[in-house]
Amino acid sequence: MTQPAPTSAGGALPLPEGLQGIVSDWSSDQRAFKNVPWGKAMMWIFLLSDTFIFSSFLISYMTVRISTTVPWPNPSEVFSLTIGGHKIPLILIAIMTFILISSSGTMALAVNYGYRKDRVKTFWLLLATAALGASFVGMQAFEWTKLIVEGVRPWGNPWGAPQFGSSFFMITGFHGTHVSIGVIFLIIVAIKVLRGDLDHQRPGFMTGRKGNYEIVETMGLYWHFVDLVWVFIFAVFYLW
Amino acid sequence: MEHAEGQHDPATGHQHAVAVAQHHEVGQQHPLGIYFKIWGLLFVLSTASYLVDYFHLQGYLRWFLIITFMLLKAGLIVAIFMHMLWERLALMYAILVPPLLLLVLLWIGAVEGDHTFFTRGTFFGTAAEAPAKH
Repeated sequence: MTQPAPTSAGGALPLPEGLQGIVSDWSSDQRAFKNVPWGKAMMWIFLLSDTFIFSSFLISYMTVRISTTVPWPNPSEVFSLTIGGHKIPLILIAIMTFILISSSGTMALAVNYGYRKDRVKTFWLLLATAALGASFVGMQAFEWTKLIVEGVRPWGNPWGAPQFGSSFFMITGFHGTHVSIGVIFLIIVAIKVLRGDLDHQRPGFMTGRKGNYEIVETMGLYWHFVDLVWVFIFAVFYLW
Repeated sequence: MEHAEGQHDPATGHQHAVAVAQHHEVGQQHPLGIYFKIWGLLFVLSTASYLVDYFHLQGYLRWFLIITFMLLKAGLIVAIFMHMLWERLALMYAILVPPLLLLVLLWIGAVEGDHTFFTRGTFFGTAAEAPAKH
């Protein structure tokens, strides 16, 4: 009888990499997603479903824009602002883009400081992320107000194809809702971090599971996804 | 089953959580510099795509640049900010492969849109003869 070779990792064998790793992860009698907490895997799967929702919106927008025989309003002019006597195209949208990217940056830093258990820095970075997100929503509210005052409705607008309004309100409205929900949850997570809930593994609301700093990263995944969706909206809705 | 339940007694459960947390910390702890670099790069790419509109580039050049910048930005966010670059291939493929199905929907949408455009041109007469601005 040959004895199995002793392993250095106290029984845990190293996981195979590459394609062999995929096969072994998925065929293992445990869980398929190794090295990630369950919450993170579930957040990824939720984001995958959200990808399909936003893609359906963007693809149906593409379809109505291709099929209309009435000229599409020029977003470059529709979303221009007059600042200091100069008409600058798309300037508000550009500022909103930079704000959302910056909020993604502060979020990434928050995740990093969270794993270092630096409560105060994590708290302020999460709060900065929430503040940037809130200012994004504020600018979107300004944009909506401006367009509504100018006569844009889901069923028509003064410049051309009526589908412009319905696509605009649907897509940016759904995205703005995501940002708003994100801001609320960022504030909740920030408070939990500051109170030390995660250090002391206190369970959060709606769950009996112990708190830990992985929830900051899971929150971060959601927030980066909101930024990711905006990248696509910016490109295909505003720049087309 | 009882054996499995037994493994979730508070002491071992706690040890397990700590072990996972420690393992994970090692897995997704990266130097801060990489985040600042990606942050800067995203600013540059966004500025570039804004300038495409500002200088009124048109036609295939505009499309090429917009799509390129869009995909680069999306890739950087997913790979670095969302840490996908450092995840195991099983998770990576499970999340990144299914969206490729959307290319089919994209194709169907384009075919459908073109068809509707031509039938509108045929049946709604002169008012629709001017091609829509795409």
